[in-house]
Amino acid sequence: MQLTNRSKVVVQKEMSFMEKLYIPAILGGMKITMSHFFKKKATIQYPEQKREFSFVYRGKHILKRDEKGRENCTACGLCAVSCPAEAITIVADERQKGEEHLYREEKYAKVYEINMLRCIFCGLCEEACPKDAIYLTEELVPAQYNRNDFIYGKDKLVQPLGTSAHPKTYKPYKK
Amino acid sequence: MSDLFKVTIDGQTVEVAPGTSILNAARSIGGEIVPPAMCYYSKLKGSGGKCRTCLVEVSKGSEKDPRPMPKLVASCSTPIMDGMEVKNITSPRVLEARKGVVEFLLINHPLDCPVCDQAGECHLQDLSYEHGAARSRYEEERRTYDRIDIGDKIQLHMNRCILCYRCVFTADQITNDRKHGILFRGDKAEISTYIENVIENDFSGNVIDVCPVGALTDKTFRFKSRVWFVKPMNAHRSCTSCSGKVALWMSGDEVYRVTARKDTYGEVEEFICNTCRFDKKKASDWIIEGPRKIERTSVISLNKYEKGVKVEAPKKIGYGNTL
Repeated sequence: MQLTNRSKVVVQKEMSFMEKLYIPAILGGMKITMSHFFKKKATIQYPEQKREFSFVYRGKHILKRDEKGRENCTACGLCAVSCPAEAITIVADERQKGEEHLYREEKYAKVYEINMLRCIFCGLCEEACPKDAIYLTEELVPAQYNRNDFIYGKDKLVQPLGTSAHPKTYKPYKK
Repeated sequence: MSDLFKVTIDGQTVEVAPGTSILNAARSIGGEIVPPAMCYYSKLKGSGGKCRTCLVEVSKGSEKDPRPMPKLVASCSTPIMDGMEVKNITSPRVLEARKGVVEFLLINHPLDCPVCDQAGECHLQDLSYEHGAARSRYEEERRTYDRIDIGDKIQLHMNRCILCYRCVFTADQITNDRKHGILFRGDKAEISTYIENVIENDFSGNVIDVCPVGALTDKTFRFKSRVWFVKPMNAHRSCTSCSGKVALWMSGDEVYRVTARKDTYGEVEEFICNTCRFDKKKASDWIIEGPRKIERTSVISLNKYEKGVKVEAPKKIGYGNTL
């Protein structure tokens, strides 16, 4: 039975004198190699050069601040409950008097951790967020030597103070 | 059998005792034809008739007088008549009216569900999800109040209150002296204590359980967790002042809060005392019976592996392998 017409019958015939010299075969191979020196390279010099990301690329998360620099997140837990990989852990706390410039609502996330090893970057947390607080950016999550280093706390996730909606770190493609 | 009245609700006939309200007749049938109720509470005398979410259409008054009732009636406070025919979900008028009622209830509601501790077990959330519109048309300023501490265990958020009066009836009927009530009238009305009076009564914590929204919440649970991260367990202890049968909301071995057990309609089965509710926050204080049944549609069932639906593994494995 023949399923395709591409099958080849293997024959083990004696090599001729020219084939036994190997030189034409080596030259043929070198020709292919040389021709690639002048072709467009498939790789890039990564840390210096970066590829253009897709408009909807989902990378490292960011916890947004509003225009007054207050954290948007109110620790409602919808991101954690929508997370299919159960990567998000939140501990909420009550905003004290005098912290109004830090947190937008009367409740805030004291601990907000994403386990980047569990995260599958599906973006459901972003979808679930009612407070416009979490977004997935174009940044990559780098490799680490320890498992503990993949658990990103608020120090790594919250948008740094004073930064505005920079396209590399913040990309509201929803609207 | 002759002293029972026959009533037909959405095409389903049931026989109930005279004097039963339409709502209770519907509850005796059960299922999706039961009108929602925000203020009616079967265990509290005099409750009902305030929120208007349980409006139904009476298409036939009774056997003797078959004329339909001209307006929609509140099913929680309208007694049935023999041969009455009621339309609930089969009536587009009712659904339209209910949508309007939800919009009215939400006029002054702050919609701060991400902050509110009641979110996930809030009846107003369920109601507006099932019957309300997706967006608010309200543009005016909502009435706002400051938070009030009623004692050190109960927090009153007047912003979220829908004025169902359940807590007032509870304090009146379950506890032996009532210190809070409704002050002012109309849209100025508010639940309040008399000059910040502290409610100190052994059963005062029950106002938290009867509150259908997040207006009265447990201060010992305030912002501790979300209801869908904690697992409700049936538990009991021997208590001298109440039955001691409660629902523990646990995560691991930690007891986050204690509430009374609630039935399908969100009503407390047995009122519990404040000692059980606020002071016994250790798993060793309780004899745990097992997990409570959670409705599959409830957010509380999310991320829990026991959802009340059991899937039987196939007994036969492989072909022709008869055991």
